[in-house]
Amino acid sequence: MDSYLIPRISGLALKVWRRNWDVFFKTYQVNFLPPFIEPVLYLLAIGFGLGMFVGEIDGVPYVNYIAPALLAISMMNAAFFECTYSSYVRMYYQKTFEAMIATPLSLDDVVTGELLWGATRSLIYSSVMLLVLTVFGVVDLPLSLLIIPFSFLGGLLFACIAMCFTAITPGIDALNYPSFLFITPMFLFSGTFFPLTVLPPTVQVLAVVFLPLTQLVIITRSLTLSSISPLFLYSLIWIILVTVLFFVISLRLMRRRLIV
Amino acid sequence: MKPVINAENLTKRYGSLVAVDTINFSVNQGEMFGFLGPNGAGKTTTMKMIQCISPKTSGHLTVFDRDVDTHPREIKRMLGVLPQESNLDPDFTCFENLTNYARYFEIPKSEAGDRADRLLSFVQLEEKRDVPIEKLSGGMKRRLLLARALINDPQLLILDEPTIGLDPQGRHLIWEKLKALRAAGNTIVLTTHYLEEAERLCDRLVIMDDGKILVEGSPQDLISKYVGSDILEVEHTPSVTACLDAMNARYEIFGDIVQVHTAHPREVAKDLFEHCNPGRVFARPASLEDVFLKLTGRVLRD
Ligand SMILES: Nc1ncnc2c1ncn2[C@@H]1O[C@H](COP(=O)(O)OP(=O)(O)OP(=O)(O)O)[C@@H](O)[C@H]1O
Ligand SMILES: [Mg+2]
Repeated sequence: MDSYLIPRISGLALKVWRRNWDVFFKTYQVNFLPPFIEPVLYLLAIGFGLGMFVGEIDGVPYVNYIAPALLAISMMNAAFFECTYSSYVRMYYQKTFEAMIATPLSLDDVVTGELLWGATRSLIYSSVMLLVLTVFGVVDLPLSLLIIPFSFLGGLLFACIAMCFTAITPGIDALNYPSFLFITPMFLFSGTFFPLTVLPPTVQVLAVVFLPLTQLVIITRSLTLSSISPLFLYSLIWIILVTVLFFVISLRLMRRRLIV
Repeated sequence: MKPVINAENLTKRYGSLVAVDTINFSVNQGEMFGFLGPNGAGKTTTMKMIQCISPKTSGHLTVFDRDVDTHPREIKRMLGVLPQESNLDPDFTCFENLTNYARYFEIPKSEAGDRADRLLSFVQLEEKRDVPIEKLSGGMKRRLLLARALINDPQLLILDEPTIGLDPQGRHLIWEKLKALRAAGNTIVLTTHYLEEAERLCDRLVIMDDGKILVEGSPQDLISKYVGSDILEVEHTPSVTACLDAMNARYEIFGDIVQVHTAHPREVAKDLFEHCNPGRVFARPASLEDVFLKLTGRVLRD
C-alpha cells in the first residue's frame, strides 16, 4: 500500500488541462460572455450608481476603488466554480476521471490538470475583465498588467480549496454549502466594496489572517491603483503557502475518494 | 515463456467485504482468457486490479512482469481497457473521443487522427464520426469503447463485458474483431455473462463465485469434466428418477426437469423408453452454461 502514498505527478497533467481547454473553446461564445458583461454591470450599478453617494474612499474615486475587487472576485469565482461543480460533474456524472486513469495518467495527474485548468480559467476571465476595466479607464497601466500572471496564482489558490470540497462532498447539492457559507460572505467581507477598517478590529484581523479573498484584493488593489499596500508581500506569501497546503490536501482527499 | 499476467493469492477487500479471495491464475501471451461468474463474483474487481486502478489488498500481481503497485504507468501504457460502465466523454464527438484519448498516451496528433479514422471504420462507425456521444445507441457506444481501447495499439486488452447490451449483429461483429485481434497476436482478457460467447472465444477461462475461482480450463475440458459430452432432458417423474438410479446415471433435478449427463445419449434414451415411459426426451450437446449452472447453482445472486 505504501507506494500509493507517493505523489505521482507528471507532465501528462497537461493533457488533462488540454482536454478542458478544448471543451472550453468549443463553446467559447458562451464562455466569454460573463467576463465582458459582469464588470460592466457592476461598474455601472455599484461603481457609478452607488459611487455617486460614496464619492471617494481614501482619496480614490469609488469606481476605481472597486475595480480591483471585481478582478479578485472574478479570479475567485472562475476557479472555485470550475473546480467544484464542473469538476464534480466530470468526476461523478461523466466518469471522465475514471476514463483518464485507465491510461498512463495517474489520479494525481488528473487532479493537477484540473487545478491548472481552474487557474487558467481565472486567468482568462481576469484578463478579459481587465480589458473592459481599461476601456473604462478605472485601472492604472502598466502596473495593472501584472494582474494577468497574478490571476493564475490567485485562481490556483481557489482551485485547490475548491477541489478539497469536491473530494469530500456527498453529492452535487452539498456543494451549495461552501458556495453560500464561504464564497458569498467572503465576497462581501474581504475589503471588496468597503475598506476593512470600518469593521470591528477582531473581524479585521480575522479577515486579514484567514480569508483568501482578502489577500487577492490587497494585491490587485495595489496593482490597479499603483500604490503598494504594506501587506503586499504578506499576502503574496500567504497565497503561495496556502496554495501549496491545499494542493497537497486535495491530492490526498481525491485519492481517498477515488482509489478504492 | 513468461505469462503476461500472473496472480498469486490475489485478494481485494472493501472494508470487511472480501470481493476477491486469494485467487491464482496466469494468462499467457496470445491467449483469449475469460472470467465468468454470477453478479458480484469479483470479475470487475479483478479487472481493475490488473488495470492498476484499484490497489490490491494482498497477494502478488504482475502484468508484463511488472508489479502493479510499483509500475502502474508502464503497465497502463501497454493496456487497452474497455470498462463495464461506459465512460466516453460526452463533451466530444466520436472522433474527438478517440483523438483526445490518444493524447493521454502521447500519440502525436496526425498519427492519432489516422488511427481514429482507421478504428472508427474497424468498428463500423465511420458515419458517426462527427456525432456527439449522446446521439449514439448503447451498442454503438460499446463499439466506440472498443475502438478507444485500441487507440494505443495495446499488447493486452482488458474487456469487461464487451458485448453487454448488443444486438446479435453487434455481438457477432465484436466477436469477429476480437478473433482478428487475437490472430494478430494480442492477448485478450474478457469477462462475460454470455456463456456461448465464452465457449466460442476463450482458449481458457475461469469461473468465479463469491470472490473465489471455482474452476479453470478450456471450455471443452470443463464441459467434459463437469457434465460430460451430452445432456438428456427428461420430465421429472418418480419412475424416471427410479430408472436413472437403477441405471446408475449421473443426473440433476431442476424443478420439473431432470438433466442426465452422459457421453452416450442414445443408449440412455433407449433404456429410458424401454423401461420407464419417460414422456418427452430431449437430447443436446452439453454446453458451458451447464457447467456454470452446475457449479454456481441456480439461485439468483443479489
Ligand atoms: N467500490 C466498491 N466498494 C465496495 N464494494 C464494492 C465496490 N466495488 C465492488 N464491490 C463489491 O465487490 C463485490 C464484487 O464486485 P464486482 O463488481 O467485482 O463483481 P462482478 O463479478 O464484476 O459482478 P457483475 O457481473 O455484476 O459485474 C460485490 O460484492 C460488490 O458489491
Ligand atoms: Mg462486473
